[in-house]
Amino acid sequence: MRRILLVSGLIGLLFGVSNVYAAGPSGHIEDISFSYEGPFGTFEPEQLQRGLVVYQEVCAACHGLKYVPFRTLGDKGGLDLSEAAVKTFASNFEIYDEELEDFRSALPTDNFPANDSVGAPDLSLITKARSGFHGPEGTGLAQLFKGIGGPEYVYSLLTGYTGKEKEETGNLLYENTAFSGGYINMAPPLVDDLIEFADGTPSTVEGMAEDVTAFLVWAAEPKMMARKQMGFISVSLLILLSVLLYLTNKKIWAPIKHRTRTED
Amino acid sequence: MSGIPHDHYEPKTSIEKWLHRRLPVVSIVYDTLMIPTPKNLNWMWIWGIVLTFSLVHQIVTGIVLAMHYTPHVDLAFASVEHIMRNVNSGWALRYLHQNGASLFFLAAYFHIFRSIYYGSYKAPREITWIIGIFIFLAMMGTAFMGYVLPWGQMSFWAATVISGLFGAIPGIGESIQTWLLGGPAVDNATLNRFFSLHYLLPFVIAGLVVVHIWAFHTTGNNNPTGIEVRRTSKEEAKKDTVPFWPYFVIKDFFALAVILVVFFAIVGFMPNYLGHPDNYIEANPLVTPEHIVPEWYFLPFYAILRAFTSDVWVVQLVSFVTGGIIDAKFFGVMAMFGSIMVLVLLPWLDTSIIRSGKYRPMFKWWFMLLVIDFIVLTWAGSRPAEGIYSIIALAGSTYWFMFFIVVLPLLGILESPSRKPVSIEEDFNQHYPEMDPETPETEPTKE
Repeated sequence: MRRILLVSGLIGLLFGVSNVYAAGPSGHIEDISFSYEGPFGTFEPEQLQRGLVVYQEVCAACHGLKYVPFRTLGDKGGLDLSEAAVKTFASNFEIYDEELEDFRSALPTDNFPANDSVGAPDLSLITKARSGFHGPEGTGLAQLFKGIGGPEYVYSLLTGYTGKEKEETGNLLYENTAFSGGYINMAPPLVDDLIEFADGTPSTVEGMAEDVTAFLVWAAEPKMMARKQMGFISVSLLILLSVLLYLTNKKIWAPIKHRTRTED
Repeated sequence: MSGIPHDHYEPKTSIEKWLHRRLPVVSIVYDTLMIPTPKNLNWMWIWGIVLTFSLVHQIVTGIVLAMHYTPHVDLAFASVEHIMRNVNSGWALRYLHQNGASLFFLAAYFHIFRSIYYGSYKAPREITWIIGIFIFLAMMGTAFMGYVLPWGQMSFWAATVISGLFGAIPGIGESIQTWLLGGPAVDNATLNRFFSLHYLLPFVIAGLVVVHIWAFHTTGNNNPTGIEVRRTSKEEAKKDTVPFWPYFVIKDFFALAVILVVFFAIVGFMPNYLGHPDNYIEANPLVTPEHIVPEWYFLPFYAILRAFTSDVWVVQLVSFVTGGIIDAKFFGVMAMFGSIMVLVLLPWLDTSIIRSGKYRPMFKWWFMLLVIDFIVLTWAGSRPAEGIYSIIALAGSTYWFMFFIVVLPLLGILESPSRKPVSIEEDFNQHYPEMDPETPETEPTKE
């Protein structure tokens, strides 16, 4: 019976402990394998740096990144920019200083600016605020193997334009295979050869979409490498502790469980 | 403290005697740790330590998080991001605390279902059981209010939906809702009081836990056979029990370590798996999420809440009899609270004289169905309330109440129990028979 309890418990775990939230009819999501995936995956600094360029030259026109401080661009395990490069990058931005009551050029301690100019969502957390994979049937098993799919959603959205347009209440809408409902407000942001990368990487729509997605994953979860490291260390130590406790438990119970018959 | 005869603490040195005459604190710790514990406890008895760990873990991580969190509608979301990005190891604290709630509830559900199967709620342990249910209710309140604090979309809308339940109470509902929220809608006043209560309730839980432990240390632990420890003499009691320290402390720690391997793997490698993406969008009263769903541990009760719609005949009947005072919405609310309150009555709904489900051939199957029912309800709660899902949720909810109100009282009369051992010692020896001195290398039969 104990076994039944255990088995049903495990089934419960599979069903209960799962990301069970279906989010309506979402479109076609491409499953991309990014370098940071899996317990040992890491960010590629070059890819993140290219992604920053894409963000800055394309996305930043309408979107903000208000929770991300410039100084974190220099973090190890992330973009890994030099201190000087961070300083220079930040100084390109004008921000409003409440103490000075005036605008000044940004310092590494400031955040990226917010951008509400056209009501586009802030991108600081976008890869964690969307999901690409669901179900099956609310069980969350797909997410267990593929991940929640936020980054895949962002990639699929950026590459999902069909070229068809329609006009609705005065707005031009663009058909997109990833967007729920099929038509999105945002004009296709990427075209081939849009950007000239310093490292000579050819700028294709797919390549830029992948780079900027990786950058946004970093922006949403800048401590991912530290987190996985903690996971790895704590899991290893706890396995060791489990083995030691198992042996201790076995030893102290031995005289209770394995008695020899005595004459009495 | 215990009714089971055992050796008590004897102060030996003069300092110990001096302290013992004034404050017998060492004696309390000693007697608590050395309590005679049935030696046949199986692995389902480890959840207590997991729950104790979870409570301490949530309080410790929570206190540090509160040092960096700002309970204000304009600043709360940003302050959580501040914790995630700027506070040293803030991301670790936050993910531990967030996933710690899931560990807490998972352990609580195992613990509760273990109690139901082995009849741990039956005389003389009713008080332990009822306090346990109060702890569970306090946990639900704490978890719910904690979920509101990050002030994401799901936080805001969960608060709106759940506080709306109180609004369903006929007549006075709206006033109660306004009083709870501190205004006509979920706003800054709500966030502030939820923060305050989220900080307070864990200490209420800690107090209840002390009483919970005190109660079962008075009656002694239940065990898989449901047979009481023989307590006519110390020698006899010793045949059925071993001291809690070191035998069960080490066993429990081993189980806890294994469970923490899984827990830390989730925190380290997939910390957002159990969460909802919408909660990474700042709360916006003007935009309703497509599906408002609670965290997984509330889903069974959420399914019961939504199951009783106005086209169910029971709801129509009750509505007709009460002249429309109890409508479908209020019926659902009563069903949800009733599904937990029925547990409080469990010791008196179960009419069987046999304590452990191990010796109840019919109960076993009904119990298994209850476990499956709970899992199905969890799943149904996550689906939209429409079509086949509504029917499944209604069937599941019906069985939940049926089990406690109809099946359990009847089983006690209809069922003929199977043979059970005479003592805990006999049960233990069946699993671990004595070996002959001539052939000591014989492997003992394990369960």
